[in-house]
Amino acid sequence: MAAKTLTIDGKQVSADESVTILDAATDAGIKIPTLCHLDGVYDVGACRLCLVEVAGISKLLPACTTKVSEGMDIKTDSERLRKYRRMTLELLFAERNHVCAVCVDNGHCELQALAYSQGMDHVRYDYCFPKWEVDNTHTLFGMDHNRCILCTRCVRVCWHIEGAGTKNVSGRGGKARIITDLNQPWGTADTCTKCGKCVMACPTGALFNKGSTVGEMERDRTKLEFIVTAREKKQWIAD
Amino acid sequence: MVIDDLVAIAEKERAAQKKHVIRCCMAAGCMSSDSKGVKEALDKAVKEAGLEDQVEVRGVGCMKLCCQGPLVQVDSAAEGATVEVNILGQGPLYQKVTPEDAASLIATLKGGKTNVQMGDPKDPFFTEQFSIVLANSGIVNPERIESYIAADGYQALHDVLREMTPKEVLDTILKSGLRGRGGAGYPTGLKWATVAKTASPQKYVICNADEGDPGAFMDRSVLESDPHSVLEGMAIAAYAVGATQGFVYVRAEYPLAISRLQTAIKQAKQHGLLGSGIFESPFNFNIDLRIGAGAFVCGEETALMSSVEGKRGTPRPRPPFPAESGLWGSPTLINNVETLANVAPIIRKGAEWFAGIGTEKSKGTKVFALAGKITNTGLIEVPMGTTLRKIVETMGGGAPDGGKIKAVQTGGPSGGCIPAEALDTPVDYDSLTKLGSIMGSGGMIVMDETTRMVDVARFFMEFCMDESCGKCIPCRAGTVQMHNLLTKILGRKATIRDLKKLEELCDMVKSTSLCGLGQTAPNPVLSTLRFFRNEYTELLQEDLYAGPNGNGNGTKEALSPMI
Repeated sequence: MAAKTLTIDGKQVSADESVTILDAATDAGIKIPTLCHLDGVYDVGACRLCLVEVAGISKLLPACTTKVSEGMDIKTDSERLRKYRRMTLELLFAERNHVCAVCVDNGHCELQALAYSQGMDHVRYDYCFPKWEVDNTHTLFGMDHNRCILCTRCVRVCWHIEGAGTKNVSGRGGKARIITDLNQPWGTADTCTKCGKCVMACPTGALFNKGSTVGEMERDRTKLEFIVTAREKKQWIAD
Repeated sequence: MVIDDLVAIAEKERAAQKKHVIRCCMAAGCMSSDSKGVKEALDKAVKEAGLEDQVEVRGVGCMKLCCQGPLVQVDSAAEGATVEVNILGQGPLYQKVTPEDAASLIATLKGGKTNVQMGDPKDPFFTEQFSIVLANSGIVNPERIESYIAADGYQALHDVLREMTPKEVLDTILKSGLRGRGGAGYPTGLKWATVAKTASPQKYVICNADEGDPGAFMDRSVLESDPHSVLEGMAIAAYAVGATQGFVYVRAEYPLAISRLQTAIKQAKQHGLLGSGIFESPFNFNIDLRIGAGAFVCGEETALMSSVEGKRGTPRPRPPFPAESGLWGSPTLINNVETLANVAPIIRKGAEWFAGIGTEKSKGTKVFALAGKITNTGLIEVPMGTTLRKIVETMGGGAPDGGKIKAVQTGGPSGGCIPAEALDTPVDYDSLTKLGSIMGSGGMIVMDETTRMVDVARFFMEFCMDESCGKCIPCRAGTVQMHNLLTKILGRKATIRDLKKLEELCDMVKSTSLCGLGQTAPNPVLSTLRFFRNEYTELLQEDLYAGPNGNGNGTKEALSPMI
């Protein structure tokens, strides 16, 4: 084990040579935005949100796959990086149908949280409004391709943590999508162990537990009276 | 196989040389206009004339002037002399030959006349060429290893294995100044040295034959015309870096190249030029073919390796570079077809000879595929540093029907458009980069005044959008949005703000994409914007709200309808 010293955002940091810039920054309490990174599985460097500037290198480097080296001078935040991160998020929101109001993950979605934290308050690009299906054939889980950002976290946990190898990617470009087994309905996938790791790994509402979606919520008509009369009875005011 | 066997094969081949050699192009270009039928008809005509002992009808590779195919060249020995087997064709070059012409062509051997269109061998298209990579193209029979051996084939491999150390081979390549012909122009010797330095028991050599740029067909022609030169180059590279297994990754869209490679590998194995103990040295080397499945991105080296491993062909971040950790985690050397085809000639003729050709920083020659609005469509090989004007106007014959050349597109979807004003630029890696284009693999698409540059930019953007693998967001979603914006501009629905958005996206996709495909996808837009910006602005609609900077901060009056 050999230690390397480097500078991240002006802060002196020492880290083992085997770790990535992202690990070193996290250890030092510096937060770099990520989306496709998931602790415990290997990194693919696909979302490009963790790109950082390294002095002396003209290209931006992904923090999640770049190993630290001696004397590195890293900037994790700059006007340019913030702009690119916002644009990346805008591109994601325009690409598929991300409608937070009716999404199972509303409030605990990583994409939504990133949009807040990066100050992405509007999308300047034309929405693509693609027509994607929802796979509801599985007994426990559902897959809504409209919310998928193709981070492949589900694929990686399925192959490398659970070892089932059910999830995969088919197609390319904007037509790429997550499939189960040999592109068959999830419910008929023999290899799926129903472990639910993919659902837990999903940063958005693309993979969800059944019963949690807006459409599946039960209507409780007894609450109607409360809604109508609560204001008069001052029941909405906390004590 | 020892050197005496090699010499014996070459001598036997030379001795079997007949008085007349009729070379008939059997590469994909001419075969698409029935050169196969022409060759069969020629064979039949020779038989009917009873000239079998005097005339050889030889199926050869590309004879370069593809637009006039099928091409047939008739070479005859002078009275009393013998035809050299592999000299460059000197005899008449017949063009657009049909099977019905066969009889009259054979009749010319006995002093008869023919009405078949004849090309001028003195045309600059031929005389200005300088052949290293294509030296055997159109001369040897690509389906017979003996034909290649008679052209000094596998001599270099013998010399390397029996007389040189791997270090000496590396030094020779380094000294020659050869740079990668796949597009980026990385010094080949350095790449080899990096792989050679790694201490892995297992190393690989890969030949990248996944030529995917629209309008480019150099590598296909090399593989179809002279597959053994690539195999020999791979074997020399393997010896230099210490590899024992090679792969040729060739795209499935090149069936003829695949079948010629299969034949070549089989023949080389039969002759002991691939396999164990080559030339009775301790060197073992095998080559296998891997066929692509129609993805442009698999020309990117990390995606290519992923595909060879049998996985989904998507790129991964570098470092680690393939030279350290490539195929199945082993050090891997990846070179382009044309780079490898340069290796044997460098060994045969020496590094100094090669370094004497070309410019200071770009050595040797480059093969270009001329296509588009140009009179002479086909393949040319010229020394580095030749000006674009010479290539396009002198050799290519300029635009057909008296048209005026407007721009030349080099480097495919990763390259850019060079305007006619800059045609005096010498073609080398650095000059083209300065112009915002790249050397690329060698596709050269000529455009005349009727071409709209915004159309060109959108065509290439559509190509990149379709070929993006979908792994990283900037390339997957960014190309879609750039394509949308270009479509909007072409539909005269865009304003200055859309153009700004497009430029911003170009910058972002270029800076943040994972692999070369995304990083270079905006180049066609950027270069057309640089040289033909007015063609974009002419299509724009007036934007009342844009303001002088185009950022939406217009005057109060202009803004008011929005509020």
